[in-house]
Amino acid sequence: MKVAVVGAGPAGVRAVERLVAAGLSPVWMDEAPDGGGRIYQRPPAPLARDARTLYGFEAKRATAIHDTLDALKPRTDWRPETLVWHIRAGAKQMQALHRGAQQRIDFDAAILCTGAMDRVIPVPGWTLPGVTTLGAAQIALKAQGCGIGRRVVFLGTGPLLVLVAYQYAKAGAEVAAVLDTTPFATKARAAPGLLLGGATFAKGLYYTAWLKRHGIPMVEGITPLAIEGDAQGVTGVRWRDARGREQHTACDAAGMGWGLKPEAQLADLAGVPFRHDAVQANWVPVRDDAGRTPVPGIYLAGDGAGIGGAEVAELAGARAALALLQDAGHRIDPIDTVTLDRRLAGLARFRAALERAFPFPAHLARSLPDDAILCRCEGLRAGELRAAARAEAATGPAPEMNRAKAFTRVGMGRCQGRVCGAAAAEILAAELGRPVPRIGRLRGQPPVKPIPIVAGAAP
Amino acid sequence: MKLVRLRDASRPRIALTLEGAPIEALQGDTLLTALLAADAGHLRNSEFGDGPRAGFCLMAACQDCWVVVEGLGRVRACATLAEDGMEVRRG
Repeated sequence: MKVAVVGAGPAGVRAVERLVAAGLSPVWMDEAPDGGGRIYQRPPAPLARDARTLYGFEAKRATAIHDTLDALKPRTDWRPETLVWHIRAGAKQMQALHRGAQQRIDFDAAILCTGAMDRVIPVPGWTLPGVTTLGAAQIALKAQGCGIGRRVVFLGTGPLLVLVAYQYAKAGAEVAAVLDTTPFATKARAAPGLLLGGATFAKGLYYTAWLKRHGIPMVEGITPLAIEGDAQGVTGVRWRDARGREQHTACDAAGMGWGLKPEAQLADLAGVPFRHDAVQANWVPVRDDAGRTPVPGIYLAGDGAGIGGAEVAELAGARAALALLQDAGHRIDPIDTVTLDRRLAGLARFRAALERAFPFPAHLARSLPDDAILCRCEGLRAGELRAAARAEAATGPAPEMNRAKAFTRVGMGRCQGRVCGAAAAEILAAELGRPVPRIGRLRGQPPVKPIPIVAGAAP
Repeated sequence: MKLVRLRDASRPRIALTLEGAPIEALQGDTLLTALLAADAGHLRNSEFGDGPRAGFCLMAACQDCWVVVEGLGRVRACATLAEDGMEVRRG
């Protein structure tokens, strides 16, 4: 039986571990030069910090993933630096690109562990050099030993906001301010549910307390107004505090993000249907609790199957592999699946509380000024989408995201709407007076990332 | 944009060029780090005239850090390791 696994983050590693234990040797691909995913990304040699410095409280987990990953590589058809850019579930075939050369991968079953990226709300000035996602700020430090600037503002909401600020301050960068768009009261209401998270919740409190103790300004319930800059890059962030007063923080870089969104393009191309998850405020591919999709032979695990975090990803990877094995007629220890299911259900309750503590602030996306860039690939401004939506509504049938894309080029650029998609949907929904689930989502298109034109599909 | 080296900065040096001008970097740098920790300031200009860009996601997804490397063609600076002698142009 030919099994293909895409992604070697926490979900991919634990999935492959189970497959190998069952005697299979899957084709295992990751776009990056090494596994570990984004959370446990290892710096390239000769960067040489120890796991404790790199991963903090997660050092043990990171080391365990790395050890398993390295042990599995020789027991699988391990293919790093391999971008899977198309999948055809009917033909049971993937197309991939490795160092400019095309590869065709035939499979009987596939587990897609494609991860997530930052969910972003555009802010006027967000295309200036010196503005990155929170995840980017973290990767710069973790994988390259660099800060995105000398004096940095972190803006947005969610667990990553305080974590990155803490990591920067610990590494010796000046954190000018941590600007959280979520009001204190919202988090306080979710606190009882957050206690379910135990250690994870405690770590969040620890980072916050550490930052406060070190005198780093932390403000909740803010509204970002603009990131300002000149020819050299970012010079400051303008924002409004909870009492309506305008504030300015000088800085030379800003990291921003509002939670994560699944990188689910391959699931989309495989024909997996999507549903709008109101708690996550994300479109997520449809799957059962074990990771089975309605498409035969296609299994999903990790953040690419809906945001759950690294701990969930490990369990979900193992669970999806067991589902695949079971469907293929292997004997599975029922205690194993029951244990995994129970742990996953427990973590799902904590995750829901986390989403309630840091809800996606749709109103911020909806109030993006007309002259601000919405789609950074196409240089499209918010007002252009609003104008097209109004014109469309007057004439044509029910407009939705893909029509809006055809009319305005929103999400048509090089990133295929990964970055602007969530905000564009909010703006379109507001303009048309419809809920986001009825606005639809940008459909995935092959290749899922730009590839050289000379690199056609492998026969 | 200027990346600031905070950790792991004692590594062997490598030399590359950006638009013909010398750039000093460290082994293990991505192209994005090599250029922005030096004084490149930005990596490309938006095709739509709205100004310079210097990457955004650093995880090979947003495609906002394209540069051109002699012999390799167009690459994402965040996902390409800098190598000694590379000749880079803005993307």
